[in-house]
Amino acid sequence: MNNKFKRLIPQFFTLLLVVLIFGFFTFNAQVNMDNRGIDFGFGFLKQEASFDIQFSLVDYDGLDPYWWAYVAALLNTLLVAVLGIILCTIIGVIVGVARLSSNYLIRNTAAWYVEFFRNIPLLLQIFFWYYAALRALPLPQDAEPLLGVSYLTIKGFYIPAMIWENLNIFLYSVILAIIGIVIVRTYARKLQENEGKQLPVFYISLSLIIILPFLTFLVGGVSLDFEIPVIKQLSITSFTYVGGIGLPPELIALTLALSLYTATFIAECVRAGIQGVGKGQKEAAASIGLNPNQILKLVVMPQALRIIIPPTTNQYLNLTKNSSLAAAIAYPDLVLVFAGTALMQTGKAIEIVSITMLTYLSLSLAIAALMNWYNKKIEIKEK
Amino acid sequence: MFKLIKQLTSFVAMVAVLFVFTTETMAAKKSKTLKNTQKKGFVRCGVSQGLPGFSNADAAGNWTGVDVDVCRAVAAAVLGDANKVKFTPLSAKERFTALTSGEIDILSRNTTWTLSRDADIGLTFVGVNFYDGQGFMVRKSSGITSTSQFKDGISACTNLGTTTELNMRDFFNSKGISYTPVTFEKADEVVAAYDAGRCDTYTTDKSGLAAQRIKLSSPDDHIVLPETISKEPLGPVVRQGDAVWEDIVRWSLNTMIEAEEYGITSSNADSMKTSDNPQIKRLVGAEGEMGAAFGLDNEWNLRIIKQVGNYGESYKRNIADTGILPDRGPNELWTKGGILYVPPSR
Repeated sequence: MNNKFKRLIPQFFTLLLVVLIFGFFTFNAQVNMDNRGIDFGFGFLKQEASFDIQFSLVDYDGLDPYWWAYVAALLNTLLVAVLGIILCTIIGVIVGVARLSSNYLIRNTAAWYVEFFRNIPLLLQIFFWYYAALRALPLPQDAEPLLGVSYLTIKGFYIPAMIWENLNIFLYSVILAIIGIVIVRTYARKLQENEGKQLPVFYISLSLIIILPFLTFLVGGVSLDFEIPVIKQLSITSFTYVGGIGLPPELIALTLALSLYTATFIAECVRAGIQGVGKGQKEAAASIGLNPNQILKLVVMPQALRIIIPPTTNQYLNLTKNSSLAAAIAYPDLVLVFAGTALMQTGKAIEIVSITMLTYLSLSLAIAALMNWYNKKIEIKEK
Repeated sequence: MFKLIKQLTSFVAMVAVLFVFTTETMAAKKSKTLKNTQKKGFVRCGVSQGLPGFSNADAAGNWTGVDVDVCRAVAAAVLGDANKVKFTPLSAKERFTALTSGEIDILSRNTTWTLSRDADIGLTFVGVNFYDGQGFMVRKSSGITSTSQFKDGISACTNLGTTTELNMRDFFNSKGISYTPVTFEKADEVVAAYDAGRCDTYTTDKSGLAAQRIKLSSPDDHIVLPETISKEPLGPVVRQGDAVWEDIVRWSLNTMIEAEEYGITSSNADSMKTSDNPQIKRLVGAEGEMGAAFGLDNEWNLRIIKQVGNYGESYKRNIADTGILPDRGPNELWTKGGILYVPPSR
């Protein structure tokens, strides 16, 4: 009892100290704000934002309230983060494997790429890609069509928009196909465990995900049309494209810069993961008659992933947080729109900055939770 | 007897109230900002990151411009030396936080006076040192000569966190034109993007357009359209809650404008001390106790005029002679057809 009490004392004082420090800062901010006639509150979120956003995934208009501007900006941040994570994973894996290639040229190109891109500050790279894009891309009237339907111009990348009819039926069929694949996989596993037979799971899955949605076009009344961007003259020398989807050059530059930068770190994680699996493992696998494909899939990758995933999680978090550098090149992300324009128009610095910080914190925690779940799933299950 | 006591108490109460009132005003005279400024030995002034004519630093780091001159005037008034100013370049986004958090004491950064800024966020506007309005710049080759030729799908580059963003929306909405806003934090980035062809038009205050045009790769290829879509009274701002400091900044600006009205310049200010006109004598500290109200000596205004000059001199030096806006337009004195009109110093 006495011992327990003794152990509690330092903890109690630490807690007290933390509470006091927070209390002091809150009190201080309160007093200073009172003195300067600034009131604290989140009521402004319901007010009309009355500014426009360049690019938004949801329907946003200046008549909408600030909280809706926040949602639009958050989605833009998420868009860059998701695109960046996908792209940097692809590049990272390719480069990481390339660094272990037996081909001199491939191995050294990959090494140079990694050393070059990871050693230049990200902000500079973002500026480079943005201004390089602005300088190098053609004006809308000079753009050559890509595949006849897309235009990459200084004002943006204009691609055809998809116009669906009965989109819900199509989506149901995709969901059905996924459920089908899960059932097939479970059955295949059981079959292998009980009778030692192997099903061509991959081909069955592939045909399911292609055939089912395709059927909906034939019998489900689903149809898909493309709206192709058309050039429009604004004045004697300025043009733009209307119709289709216009991706701003800021989005392209930012995604490119973030993925190329983060991919260098992921490449190193991948290399470490593959090199971390002992040579003996591969030899042992070969000796029991597995083919190279099976060795990679069943022996090397499961062990390599355990090394790769935790540091890669860090890189995903970094990429998401680094996306806030968007503000430098006019990409309307959370920092530019919410912690920028909205903060300026309302003057609610403390409120907006805390919301923004909490948002990034939640985003990071969500990504970390997802990756930790995946890590748990692939880690050694001791029996 | 009872009545007498009652009268006596009310008299005592009145004296007490008066006493409290006077000590209150005496206390208010002691401006905390003024005291801190005098202790530090320099005025902390927030300016732009480079807007020729308003606040711009040369290669040697010397700041010039009409906004800079407001801070110099305050330094001349309270410290006796117009050069004792520490300039902090701020983006549009940072400026108000810098002021309310106490990093600077005057914000003189082509800032538009609006109701919400004045009332909401702990700021007080002290006056107007430049009457401006928002306009549009386009490429000459586009053939556009009026905003009525703007078409759906136009993209407009501008600065983040400014009244410009809101005016632009009001303007395009009222005309029923759909547009793409591209907003940057720094003015240089806006100019670079517009110059590269990212936007069809660049919109900000007309003075800003005139000043930034000089930075473009070939200024003659661009024109500022004649339309003005908003009122932009630009002026210095101080923190709310220090009435004396607010008055000092306000009357430093007013002194510059009034000096021009009475023909007092940096070169003739000393000789004006013997003028017959009492109004002129008050402006050069030769009559009345014009500084006592702020806790300053009597020649504070003379120092402003001698060291910084009157408003006309400042305008000529910074805006007219640099070719930004040779014509003073509304920024001419009320006696000469403009709208510059300040309350009298007396």
